[in-house]
Amino acid sequence: MRIAVEDLSVALAGRTVLAGVHLVAEEGEIAGLVGPNGSGKSSLLRTVYRHLRPSAGRVLLAGQDLAELRPAQSARHIGALPQERGGDFELTVREVVAMGRTPYKRAFAADDAEDHRITAGALARVGMAAAADRRFSQLSGGERQRVLLARALAQQPAVLVLDEPTNHLDVRHQVELLALLREQRRTTLVALHDLNAAASVCDRLHVLHRGALVASGKPREVLTAELLAEVFGVRAAVVEHPLTGDPLIAFDHRTPVGAVVPAAER
Amino acid sequence: MTSTSVDHVEAVDSPRPARMLQAGPLAAALAVALVLALTAAVSLGSVDIPPGEVWSVVARRLTGQTPEAGTRDLIVWQLRVPRALLAGVVGAGLGLVGTAVQALVRNPLADPYLLGISSGASLGAVAAIVLGTTFGLQLSFGSALGLTVSLAAFAGALAAFSLVWLMARRGGGFSPLRLVLAGIGIAQFLGGITSYLVLQTRDEQQTRGVLFWLMGSLGGAVWAQLAVPAVAVALGLALLQARARGLNAMLMGDETAAGLGVDVARLRREVFVVTSVLTGVLVAVSGAIGFVGLMVPHVCRLLLGGDHRRLLPLSALTGALLLVVVDTVARTALDGQELPIGVVTAVLGAPTLLYLLDRRLERS
Repeated sequence: MRIAVEDLSVALAGRTVLAGVHLVAEEGEIAGLVGPNGSGKSSLLRTVYRHLRPSAGRVLLAGQDLAELRPAQSARHIGALPQERGGDFELTVREVVAMGRTPYKRAFAADDAEDHRITAGALARVGMAAAADRRFSQLSGGERQRVLLARALAQQPAVLVLDEPTNHLDVRHQVELLALLREQRRTTLVALHDLNAAASVCDRLHVLHRGALVASGKPREVLTAELLAEVFGVRAAVVEHPLTGDPLIAFDHRTPVGAVVPAAER
Repeated sequence: MTSTSVDHVEAVDSPRPARMLQAGPLAAALAVALVLALTAAVSLGSVDIPPGEVWSVVARRLTGQTPEAGTRDLIVWQLRVPRALLAGVVGAGLGLVGTAVQALVRNPLADPYLLGISSGASLGAVAAIVLGTTFGLQLSFGSALGLTVSLAAFAGALAAFSLVWLMARRGGGFSPLRLVLAGIGIAQFLGGITSYLVLQTRDEQQTRGVLFWLMGSLGGAVWAQLAVPAVAVALGLALLQARARGLNAMLMGDETAAGLGVDVARLRREVFVVTSVLTGVLVAVSGAIGFVGLMVPHVCRLLLGGDHRRLLPLSALTGALLLVVVDTVARTALDGQELPIGVVTAVLGAPTLLYLLDRRLERS
């Protein structure tokens, strides 16, 4: 399903955090949101998975305004992996994943055979089937992320929304999680901090800056040295990745933007 | 829109989810234990009545035969059975509300009195006792003053509830932090007024009545008092059970719950109303009995895990069992004198709380 964000504005406690954003994630496409801290990435995603309400504009799911759908209806099509990482309430891995069935269940309805099958399938999909009976709170960060992704998959969503899914993961687990995302071939809206990961994994990138969309397009078109300097405030060269051919951003970690560039490099 | 979403999830057959204990057998065991505890509660007292005779009296009453003449029927049917049943109903309610409030504010150390409702009830009750006994009325359940105290307690609970609601609603959200802060603020404020009233009591009997009420008591329970709390607990269980999946989702966080299609703000409002009204009813009939609502959810979670679909009914059952046992101890531990039930639950509960805190610190 296609997700279209139209002229979206969001205000939190009277402060505008998103203003007039337009963007589209086409069916089956991975759309990446990048931008500095506080640029509005999370607010945009939260609006799509309906934690926040737009103050203006709308989000369309396959052409239908989300505001016209009951929360449970849209949750059957949009699976979310928010940044919050759960608490300490003695739930097993299987119970956490089975929560993904929530939007399908009426009050008092028990989990049926199909729910068990879908839950087990989602766990297997992320390689966590063997951990089904372990306590969620005892998992490592990487394992937790995979279980939470499995919960989103148990919603059987056409659209996945993920907020910094690779945060706090070591490199290997980052790569595994992103590979898992690509395999899904679902419409995906993902906020990523790591620009190189975004450049490799996303079909399109949308750059947010101070609550506004400043660039959209293929990673190669969007990630330029000028944009990195202007939006992210860093000096960087964009080269070709020697292994994958993807754009590779080589940051200059020595020189803040605006500083005098050393004579030798001019 | 139909739910024809693409499903790439592979089908894998799996056994039913394993859990720490199966809920069914545990519920059956608890039910049996509850019947035994109720029998013991009716059997034990200043005059011990053997369990067989207890059941024969109850059977005569239940089958509509003419009750036997004499004191045995009076003691069993008029005095001890209503009290044991009231203990069960109040215990079930406290266990239930404790579980729901802990999910509501996402804090396993919360209890039914955290939201300030009981402080309103206490103020209402104490005001009624102080005013009533000043005019020379007798304080006991069933008496005019006893009923007035219950009504005043419930009115106080509703007043506190309204204040907490208004404070928590400001700023647009029933966030856990706002609810807790509002609850604590109201509890402190009303508690201060209650303390002032207690200081104004004139004679020893009045003071004893007030203190007994503040620490919780099931003394002098009569049949007429059972219906309201029993219906409230049953209704509360049904309303919360219908929202069990939402409560599960809320444990993981508001954003997670929203992503799972739960209307978090609405769920939180509903659970706040249900738990507050139920707390008000319970406090009105029994005073503020501490620690049950804190301990029971923990014990159940240790045995069963955190899924509210099992946790809510099982914590009601466990709470009933616990309070029936505790009230029997409170009645019979000392010869010729009854302990306030809150004393017994506190002596049992405080060490439990410290143990849980310690365990929690160790884990994090």
